Amino acid sequence: MTKFTFTEKKDTRSGFGAGLLELGKSNSDVVALCADLTGSLKMDAFKKEFPDRFFQVGIAEANMMGLAAGMTIGGKIPFTGTFANFSTGRVYDQIRQSIAYSGKNVKICASHAGLTLGEDGATHQILEDIGMMKMLPGMTVIVPCDYNQTKAATIALGKHVGPAYLRFGRPGWPVFTAADRPFIIGKADKMVEGKDVTIFATGHMVWQAIEAEAKLAEQSISAEVINIHTIKPLDVEAILASVQKTKCAVTCEEHQINGGLGDSVAQVLARFYPAPLELVAVNDSFGESGTPTQLLKKYGLAPEDVIKAVDKVLKRKVV
Amino acid sequence: MQRFRKFKNYFIHKYKNQYLRAKPFYMSQPDIPQLNKLATQIRRDIVRMVHACQSGHPGGSLGCTDFFVALYFHHLQHNPKFNMDAKGEDLFFLSNGHISPVWYATLARAGYFEVNELATFRFLNTRLQGHPATHEHLPGVRVASGSLGQGLSVAIGAAQVKKLNQDNHLVYVLMGDGEQQEGQIWEAAMYAAHNKVDNLIATIDYNGQQIDGPVEKIVSLQNLKAKWESFGWTVLEFNGNAMDEVINGISLAKSLAHKGKPVLNLMKTEMGFGVDYMMGSHKWHGVAPNDEELAKALAQLPETVGDY
Repeated sequence: MTKFTFTEKKDTRSGFGAGLLELGKSNSDVVALCADLTGSLKMDAFKKEFPDRFFQVGIAEANMMGLAAGMTIGGKIPFTGTFANFSTGRVYDQIRQSIAYSGKNVKICASHAGLTLGEDGATHQILEDIGMMKMLPGMTVIVPCDYNQTKAATIALGKHVGPAYLRFGRPGWPVFTAADRPFIIGKADKMVEGKDVTIFATGHMVWQAIEAEAKLAEQSISAEVINIHTIKPLDVEAILASVQKTKCAVTCEEHQINGGLGDSVAQVLARFYPAPLELVAVNDSFGESGTPTQLLKKYGLAPEDVIKAVDKVLKRKVV
Repeated sequence: MQRFRKFKNYFIHKYKNQYLRAKPFYMSQPDIPQLNKLATQIRRDIVRMVHACQSGHPGGSLGCTDFFVALYFHHLQHNPKFNMDAKGEDLFFLSNGHISPVWYATLARAGYFEVNELATFRFLNTRLQGHPATHEHLPGVRVASGSLGQGLSVAIGAAQVKKLNQDNHLVYVLMGDGEQQEGQIWEAAMYAAHNKVDNLIATIDYNGQQIDGPVEKIVSLQNLKAKWESFGWTVLEFNGNAMDEVINGISLAKSLAHKGKPVLNLMKTEMGFGVDYMMGSHKWHGVAPNDEELAKALAQLPETVGDY
């Protein structure tokens, strides 16, 4: 399999902006709404190219969700853009009633998710959004790993029918997947083949897992790395196939330990194939100000933390 | 229990494979006596519906009946052969979803589904959920509502898409007055005026009551007309419990559409209108009548076009 490396760092939100622009060109039903964060969400190009299909909502996220629901009536495909905190927690009931329960084809696109938002601190660093969104019946939840995958996921959402949540982030991050790497919603992406342990990772943490895998290989531990970019619907088949081979797993996410990817994988394993599992996630705490790298280290989301979790789970493994 | 069995059979035999529709009924010229007859029948439907399931919201439903009749049987250009996207049709959204009985009865009487289905209101497996929903695919409903404050935003979104699609039809939305306490209403009000969403006619059911008591005592709306005007809307006022005034009020609102500003109707109604013991009190906001109270209500609302 390919060794993953990178030559440049790019923010995943720019992948969203690029994908949205491409969608705007290929599908005239795509409309975009933004709550006073056009620059932060990288929606300027879409706005410039398609001013009639861009709706500046101002600092009024509840209204934005309702507008988006209404815009589906008449055949439009609305993409809403704001920070992840204001895309979920602030407007949960609007999403629940007007979008999810009403089965509206709205794409909720959320930037600045997780600790890697950095210096703005815990008010903005939402770590509960995956849990909130995956609990909504019928909601698709996607967390791409880098610029290229975020662009591909955005484009894929243009053809997807139904409510969806797309989570991405602020910082420059290694671009390690190829621009033409296939992206299929709901289909896990095996990045590295291995046999001793499976690392399931999502979002920015996929890169942390790949770095951990390289160091583990030096210790002759063969880790399989699987990118779970779609938290819901979860690729149960891929999860089981891998763990049936490796007999143990670690999950990695920039999210609370409660409610995220780890919970979803634990549920699958407990029901269908009980096996030792360790969770790399934020341990029931709020974040704080700092640089992304400092925060990932302090809150236990660095590659070393993934390695520690692998060591721990290997000790629990029944051979 | 017997009643439950009756409904179970009803679903199996009547609704499993077929949906008989009532004949659509409109008026190009308003026939006030005929519209009043329909309103009386729909008020009858409402009290029977909430009585049958011993739950639901009769007060606001009865207060808004004349508005629904005027809208669906005269003003609204709509097609009871329901289509979600409704291109080339007017749209109506109910934001204060708890007055679902009046909407369901109106939709059935307008031909969206068979009137007998009203008997299933709030029973298990019904399409007529306690609060309106799209989940069970009830014709006529385009978004779920009930959690208050959301319908105006949805209506504005739909109105903006009408403009994008170069469709000159109008979008209507009804809200409650207690609902004006929700912050999202004011986000939406500000947005609609700023963006000149002038193909939108919003109406507030101004009955002065909410669950815990008179709106003025719970959290006063102060000068509601001035509030909406200062937000950049054209505001009209009319009595919502006199058919000719409702017909004329909506006519005036329509004549002011497409003139650069969204239009708001402050529609004064009386909660429970048509049933004397329910009138003028918040007590009947969300309480169903018992057998005796039902009989008393029905005596005041004679059957006009036929019970379901």
